Amino acid sequence: MKQGSDTFDVVIIGAGVSGANIARRLCSYELDVALVEKEADVSFGISKANSGIVHGGFHHGSKYLKARLEVLGASMFDRLKAELDFPFERCGIVVVALHEDEMRSVEQLYTQGVENGVIGIEMCSRERMLELEPKLSSDTVGGLYAPGGGIVEPYRFVFSLVENAQKNGLSLLTDYKVVQARRAGELWTVTAADGRAVQARYVVNAAGLFADEVSRIFGAEEYLVHARKGEYYLLDRQTKAKPDRVVFPVPTSVSKGMLIVPTVEGTVLIGPTATKVDDKEDCATTREELDTILKSARNMIPSISEGDVITSFAGIRSVIEEDFMIEASAKVPAFIHVAGIQSPGLTASPAIGEYVKDLLKKAGLRLVEKADFDPFVRKVPRAKDLSPFELDALIQKDPAYGELVCRCERVTEAEIVEAIRRGHTTLDGIKYFTRAQMGRCQGGFCTYKILKIIMRETGMKAGEITKRGGASTVLRGEL
Amino acid sequence: MKELQFDSAVIGGGAAGMAAALELSARGLSCAVIEREDELGGILMQCIHNGFGLIEFNEELSGPEFAQRLEEKVRSAAITPFCGATVIEVEDNGEHKVISCVSGAWGVIRIKARAVVLAMGCRERNRGNIRIPGSRPAGVFTAGLAQRLVNIEGYIPGKDVVIIGSGDIGLIMARRMSWIGCKVHAVVEILPYPSGLTRNIVQCLKDFGIPLYLSHLTTNIYGQDRVEGVEVTPIENGALMFDRSFRIPCDTVLLSVGLVPENELSRSLGIDLSPMTNGPWVDSTLMTSVPGVFACGNVLHVHDLVDFVVEEARRAGSFAADWLAGRRKDKELRVKAGSNVRYVTPGRLDPARDNKLYLRTLIVKNDAVLEVRLNNKTVRSQKKSHVQPSEMISFNLGPSELAAARESPDSVLEVSIL
Ligand SMILES: Cc1cc2nc3c(=O)[nH]c(=O)nc-3n(C[C@H](O)[C@H](O)[C@H](O)COP(=O)(O)OP(=O)(O)OC[C@H]3O[C@@H](n4cnc5c(N)ncnc54)[C@H](O)[C@@H]3O)c2cc1C
Ligand SMILES: Cc1cc2nc3c(=O)[nH]c(=O)nc-3n(C[C@H](O)[C@H](O)[C@H](O)COP(=O)(O)OP(=O)(O)OC[C@H]3O[C@@H](n4cnc5c(N)ncnc54)[C@H](O)[C@@H]3O)c2cc1C
Repeated sequence: MKQGSDTFDVVIIGAGVSGANIARRLCSYELDVALVEKEADVSFGISKANSGIVHGGFHHGSKYLKARLEVLGASMFDRLKAELDFPFERCGIVVVALHEDEMRSVEQLYTQGVENGVIGIEMCSRERMLELEPKLSSDTVGGLYAPGGGIVEPYRFVFSLVENAQKNGLSLLTDYKVVQARRAGELWTVTAADGRAVQARYVVNAAGLFADEVSRIFGAEEYLVHARKGEYYLLDRQTKAKPDRVVFPVPTSVSKGMLIVPTVEGTVLIGPTATKVDDKEDCATTREELDTILKSARNMIPSISEGDVITSFAGIRSVIEEDFMIEASAKVPAFIHVAGIQSPGLTASPAIGEYVKDLLKKAGLRLVEKADFDPFVRKVPRAKDLSPFELDALIQKDPAYGELVCRCERVTEAEIVEAIRRGHTTLDGIKYFTRAQMGRCQGGFCTYKILKIIMRETGMKAGEITKRGGASTVLRGEL
Repeated sequence: MKELQFDSAVIGGGAAGMAAALELSARGLSCAVIEREDELGGILMQCIHNGFGLIEFNEELSGPEFAQRLEEKVRSAAITPFCGATVIEVEDNGEHKVISCVSGAWGVIRIKARAVVLAMGCRERNRGNIRIPGSRPAGVFTAGLAQRLVNIEGYIPGKDVVIIGSGDIGLIMARRMSWIGCKVHAVVEILPYPSGLTRNIVQCLKDFGIPLYLSHLTTNIYGQDRVEGVEVTPIENGALMFDRSFRIPCDTVLLSVGLVPENELSRSLGIDLSPMTNGPWVDSTLMTSVPGVFACGNVLHVHDLVDFVVEEARRAGSFAADWLAGRRKDKELRVKAGSNVRYVTPGRLDPARDNKLYLRTLIVKNDAVLEVRLNNKTVRSQKKSHVQPSEMISFNLGPSELAAARESPDSVLEVSIL
């Protein structure tokens, strides 16, 4: 492996869940691969703020590529979890019908699921629904149950994929915003805003919301990625309204509707809304939309309370047309589009990795399996998952496991240090890796401790630490 | 794993925890105090302003000075403090409570005690709790976090500040930020009256010429990477006047929007909590619904003066000692919040002795009356020159006023502000 050289077999633009899966897949072959990302850390794009659901395979018909990749991708998660140690659980999905006339649509979903080959999908009576989820509204008339659907922590998934790919030779370049591309001979030269440049035999455009810009930079197909915002509320794990499964309303023709998601970490997510926005970085939440979410969630589970809200946030979907656009460019050589990766992109992403690998092969990339590919990441023990005996044993080895930093999510100093050593040096990066600052006090108690640990571990000065890179500095200096 | 045994244990080493422990040890009981931070003192340690101890010590001290006075007593008493140890679990084994705590120095320790006093203090409400829409840039802090960053860590959180909410911590931070050379552009309060103490409005805002916008809601936070400003909208007769919204540019937002008692441990022990105080429901001896577990200070209900915290904690310690000595409560009467009262604590009184009650009112009023009725008969009617939600009201009720309750078993006491 020519580590550190700046000519690569493949350069992937965009370290979201698509780029990360593609990178990990390619790193199982004898290839030099680089993943370049404009943000300070990976998974800071669409892949950080979404519903985190591994979908049930019944929402779309098999004529869509997204539906085929969804079913395939969903089936790959158990193995990935075993290898990559990220939070994932097959908790199951229910779709709730609140009116008799919605049962028609439920039947359609059921048929679609069966056609897509989904295992265990079931049409449910009112009694069956209430038996599965006793917190549902008494207006429930019936619904659908897909036991194989699940929940995942999307950023942890991406972090693990990238970490494992790095272990297998990936070069990760962050703060690397691609602004220019030139082709000379057999090579692309891909230049960043700060002047850095890499060379690539093949380029994969997995730039999410900005795939259209990147395509333009390479002189490839012209298209527009539309942005559709989805706002959420996060509820405290102490809420009494937490269902055991993901609860969907019956979808309309335009959207899957607003859901109630019991997250892998025990909190509850409600949302998302769907609003077209012009500004692709507009993650602002609005009063009206947030009120809509509460109302809609209460239709399904009436006990959802405003008092349980700990935070709100928004994510932005990237939509080109109805389907994913994953194909080799017809206009320029050695350039693959992975664009319009709307929902169920997270679910489909492992299959997107496979699919893109095949496209590259078709385009002439030679694939030789790496004999020493190591599919595993080193697990980080998490204090919150340990028994007192296990934790005690760990503290004897590393006293930093005895220093509790985030009390709400029970995160220790050792875990923060581990996050920093693995390259997550912003407050948000540490938050996504460890969950510190993610609980009910939202960093009120632990932020100063984390700031101090970052300074100690990295040598950064107070004024240099950021929330999520760029100009998002947290402090304005020292007294 | 280390196992230790004490007669009593106190969780939290702030003003409340220290005062309760002092009382327990004065009664000849062994006592452990478990504190997450590396030193005792709790929230007092970051309150470097004056204004503590007027009642307790008859002089005006800073927070750390007040804490030091208590700590010196703790150090010279037979109390075992465990600092840098966080309690992660409390179990009730009937005879004993078992407290598990983690610390870098000792690993996991299990402390067995027959009586436990909860004194975990409170946490700040944050942006999510009050649902301010907008973007999510760097530069939004709770006021207490900012206070910690400035006073203890020595960092400047920002230069141009808007403070949302007029709670005491926010007011004190308005002055503190001005002192370190920052510009505080406004304090924005949704209610028609300030939620902090009057003396803080005068000393922290008026003296610095900082505008206070009452009946104004913060309707948006702007900024991509770092805060760039807030949008503020006046409220008239309960309606938002969006046509009169205005923007205040700033790079920092501090939130002072209330405190919530920190009761995750209590909840996991199965202790009943009051939805009004967010603290444990307690009887006339400050005992929670789990026998042998007592509560005091900000974990019980949010106090504005440390002197009251200490006084309450001392009583909790003393009741815990009584309980350990085998004393069990007699007949108690029920206490109910009446008109214009948000809460009264404790929820039960002992008609045979002197009781102390705390309440918060819902209204701002001059020439108000504190009215106490026992089984619908007025037993006290006391003039109050001024009442407001931010100032806690306390009073005592003794056996003479409660005499009627000793005869009838289901007596109810109702406390109102008229
Ligand atoms: C509200 C919402 C809910 C969703 N819920 C689900 C769900 O429950 N289940 C599911 O399966 N799917 C869900 N999705 C879809 C899923 O989140 C997305 O399909 C997926 O995250 C897209 O990943 P990506 O890697 O393609 O894009 P991204 O994660 O956005 O990655 C693209 C990356 O490219 C980077 N980039 C952009 N331009 C450049 C440049 N010029 N140079 C370098 N880097 C660049 C960006 O910074 C970004 O990190 C949801 C989406 C949204 C918005
Ligand atoms: C910013 C601010 C300004 C104030 N200004 C004034 C003033 O000017 N004058 C005045 O008289 N009063 C003032 N007060 C009020 C008064 O000081 C406080 O109410 C009082 O100090 C609270 O004491 P406490 O012991 O209940 O809580 P805290 O001081 O919060 O102590 C609780 C302790 O418990 C510990 N703890 C919590 N959970 C655990 C756990 N699981 N394991 C181990 N330890 C744990 C915490 O670390 C903390 O040390 C102010 C309060 C604040 C917040």
